[in-house]
Amino acid sequence: MRIGIVCPYSWDVPGGVQFHIRDLADHLIRRGHQVSVLAPADDETPLPPYVVSAGRAVPVPYNGSVARLNFGFLSAARVRRWLHDGAFDVIHIHEPTSPSLGLLACWAAQGPIVATFHTSNPRSRAMIAAYPILQPALEKISARIAVSEYARRTLVEHLGGDAVVIPNGVDVDFFADAEPKEEWRGETIGFIGRIDEPRKGLPVLMRALPKIFEARPGVRLLIAGRGDEKEAVADLPAPLRERVEFLGMVSDEDKARLLRSVDVYVAPNTGGESFGIILVEAMSAGAAVLASDLDAFAQVLDGGAAGELFANEDADALAAAAVRLLGDEKRLAELRARGSRHVRRFDWSTVGADILAVYETVTDGAASVAADDRTRLWARLGLARD
Amino acid sequence: MSTLIWIAVALVVIAVYLSWTAGRLDRLHSRLDAARAALDAQLLRRASVAQELATAGVLDPAASIVLYQAAHAARQSEEEHREVAESELSQALRAVFEDSAQAEAVREAPGGEEALGELTEAVRRVPMARRFHNDAVRAARALRRHRTVRWFRLAGHAPFPLAFEMDDEPPAALGRVPGTEEAER
Repeated sequence: MRIGIVCPYSWDVPGGVQFHIRDLADHLIRRGHQVSVLAPADDETPLPPYVVSAGRAVPVPYNGSVARLNFGFLSAARVRRWLHDGAFDVIHIHEPTSPSLGLLACWAAQGPIVATFHTSNPRSRAMIAAYPILQPALEKISARIAVSEYARRTLVEHLGGDAVVIPNGVDVDFFADAEPKEEWRGETIGFIGRIDEPRKGLPVLMRALPKIFEARPGVRLLIAGRGDEKEAVADLPAPLRERVEFLGMVSDEDKARLLRSVDVYVAPNTGGESFGIILVEAMSAGAAVLASDLDAFAQVLDGGAAGELFANEDADALAAAAVRLLGDEKRLAELRARGSRHVRRFDWSTVGADILAVYETVTDGAASVAADDRTRLWARLGLARD
Repeated sequence: MSTLIWIAVALVVIAVYLSWTAGRLDRLHSRLDAARAALDAQLLRRASVAQELATAGVLDPAASIVLYQAAHAARQSEEEHREVAESELSQALRAVFEDSAQAEAVREAPGGEEALGELTEAVRRVPMARRFHNDAVRAARALRRHRTVRWFRLAGHAPFPLAFEMDDEPPAALGRVPGTEEAER
């Protein structure tokens, strides 16, 4: 099958959506499909052979933060050319509601379009105002995928209609087979994520830390992720600071090894999560997971059966749960075993087959993807050649 | 003179808008047709596999008859009874494959692995195709209720789209789709 995938965010910036698209493309290519990914990227960035650059993304303030987006005449022309050259059987657009490549592709294409909704943002003012403009583009989508039941609910509330739920994929064996690192073992807690992003929840963990360290004198905390390390430990009493180790940005291999090595992986995120891929990765690597009780997390953890949950933003609850877990070898082993069984449903072999099933469902009885010439002015006036 | 020009401009703008809306509607109708064809194909595939299994002699005679009857009815049903017949096939499949022992028994029979794989795929794709179809129905209805479309009769003689409502819950023993609604219940 000829598959075109549209990535809305810069290929050179690491992010969940980008990784998902990279892994999906790899998986589909391994299964013998032809895949082309259209993504914003700097001209200098080395790209994998299947990625086509849609030009540099422009940083613009959008929705409360600075987002790097692609829009305008030039981007639209590139999208059109990519559609024309690719002659795809199906195109798969990610985040079609963000004002970037996804929306442009939706607007410029016709034929079988599949779209994945990753975020579960509350509806923004801009979205309400732009609804009449968005609607004609969004109604071209033949199949919608939401990454979690939570994301699906938001989608249904905001845009109406329905979607099938297909979770994000993880290469479970990559994590399960990673080699643990000796220096990261022995009563360790792991945290992976941006240090300076409060929504990732490191401050909550830092508030809980004194109690955990007091109850379990041997415990260390390992933190992987970029951000200001000094600022992160500023509120921690000085003698405790040496039990917190910063690893900086880590490679995928080291991330897997870290997750293999730690006893408990803590995800204290306070919001803004629609899936929680890191939890799946941690469970794949056989770490017991302790996470805040966000809707998305509770769902990934099977309502608390595959990992422990604590009340969101409650440092005391986090401390109590961590101390209890670290002291209970039996419970840790049980969580590890349950987690490893539970993550199989998130493995690419399952997720990829489901996504392919969606492609096949929408291409049954439909023509292939083409540039939609009806959006052009002369076509609207009925002057287009067929 | 300038009034005339303004009237002409206004008329052109209205005409462009109407033509664009008609194009949108046309696109929605073709999406709906494709979704309906896909749903039809998935339902037929499911009924065929079920019928094959029922006549293959791998199930006990009682289960065979129940499954054969339901699959046959689903394939032969007229349009207005289709939702009911397909729901009954879902129920029959659930009844036959209620516990995983039955699925295992089929898997061990010669050629059973393949047949079961096809059935698993079919019961997983029917809900997908139905969801996409009903989503297309909703989008088409939303536009057709728009007053521009109603006043200028842009929909022509195309029938008002109807959702396809049926019970498409797959049997528990045939690997539920991970992460879907069924899995959350």
